[in-house]
Amino acid sequence: MSNPEDELTFEEALRELEASVSKLEEGNLTLEESLNIYERGRALSDYCQQYLEQAELRIEHLTEDGEIVETEMD
Amino acid sequence: MDLFSSLQSEDTFSSVWTVSEANSYIRDLFETDFRLADMEIEGEISNFTRARSGHLYFTLKDEKSQMKCVMWRSQAERMVFDPREGDQVVARGKISVYEAGGQYQLYASRLQPAGRGDLALAFEQLKLRLQDEGLFDPSLKKPLPPFPKKIGIVTSLDAAGLRDILNVLARRYPIADVLIAPTLVQGATAPPKIVRALQWLDGRSDVDVIIMARGGGSIEDLWAFNDEDVAQAVAAAEHPIIAGIGHETDFTIVDFVADVRAPTPSAAAELVTQDIADIGAFVRGARQFLDRQILGLLTERQDRVESLARAIELLGPTYTINTTRQTLDFLEQRLESSMQLTLSHAKQAMALAGAKLEAVSPAATLARGYAIVRSENGELRSSAGQLNSGDQVEIQLHDGTASAEIKGVKQS
Repeated sequence: MSNPEDELTFEEALRELEASVSKLEEGNLTLEESLNIYERGRALSDYCQQYLEQAELRIEHLTEDGEIVETEMD
Repeated sequence: MDLFSSLQSEDTFSSVWTVSEANSYIRDLFETDFRLADMEIEGEISNFTRARSGHLYFTLKDEKSQMKCVMWRSQAERMVFDPREGDQVVARGKISVYEAGGQYQLYASRLQPAGRGDLALAFEQLKLRLQDEGLFDPSLKKPLPPFPKKIGIVTSLDAAGLRDILNVLARRYPIADVLIAPTLVQGATAPPKIVRALQWLDGRSDVDVIIMARGGGSIEDLWAFNDEDVAQAVAAAEHPIIAGIGHETDFTIVDFVADVRAPTPSAAAELVTQDIADIGAFVRGARQFLDRQILGLLTERQDRVESLARAIELLGPTYTINTTRQTLDFLEQRLESSMQLTLSHAKQAMALAGAKLEAVSPAATLARGYAIVRSENGELRSSAGQLNSGDQVEIQLHDGTASAEIKGVKQS
């Protein structure tokens, strides 16, 4: 299975994580299925957690010359 | 008539008048002047009194001069506007004389906030027209994206409102990028600039939502957001737009056209985001749930296998040796694969469950001589049926791993 960060947006990862929880909660799964969902859920939650932790608001604006530059806020 | 008698007459200019006669005469002069009959006068209200009778008494003044005013109850009651001391107003009515007091005054029939009268009217007219055109239709409102990646902001770079927005975003939702399209936000030249800034942001596919913001100010300061072109541009936008203009009590046309109206710029920033702390709590909660769930599942399976094994043992004598042997083999196999699977997740589960996990740890099992077979790409091979001659496999022992090639497969 591929890494969530390579193919999913944060929102998609969050939704899939939610779905993994629901599926595991519902039960009626073989051990193999449960473990697959579990593995996927771990990868997703790792990705989401990492995404949240490395967050830093990036602020840019359009200049009169039509360029996008970083905004300095004092 | 001789000169003498004419001098005696009361009708001549030299006669003495009473005060009442003089005041009455002056009043007639006022009343017959067409200009004084209907005037609009702008000034500031002072000495404002609402008499018990319901009549309003006040003075209108400017820098140099003042004028007494009265508004009768019948008119005062019909008025929506609630005049206060210090208000700049336009009063309409006739100017005449109060004979008893010997003073002229404005008899006001209408009172409006100065300057605002026309604007308020223009506002109402545009609002009605756009409403008729369907620009405020709730079915046109686009939902805000739950997790915007890039938030566009149409505002002035030195607006106080912008700082408020950025503070909220930095605290609540720093996972976003912000892209500001700077524009003038007040004055006659502002509307086309606002439209251009909005359209530039709206044309970008990396923007998820757009905030239109301006800090508080007078109705004139906010007027650019009552411009029809601006309103039409908001309505035509592809992206969801949230308006955070002025204070809570300020309503502009853009507020009605936007997909969401926030009472202030910082409230707009709150409405487009979720608190990162809540998202983090959700992710951690989901993870704990997954860990608990899988650990419970593995423990349960193992318990079941073990209790079945014990039951078979107890029932042993009533079964043929072969049946018992076969069942035990089967159970052993299941136990083994269950244990192997446990192993592959033990590392993470142990971090979670600590001592509880010790009981089901596969390390002890491996130490007893079991081994785990995996394919080249790490997939578990718990059954002979999953193996073929020539497969390269990885064998995990309690203290290391070994690579091997399958020479033959025999299913039991």
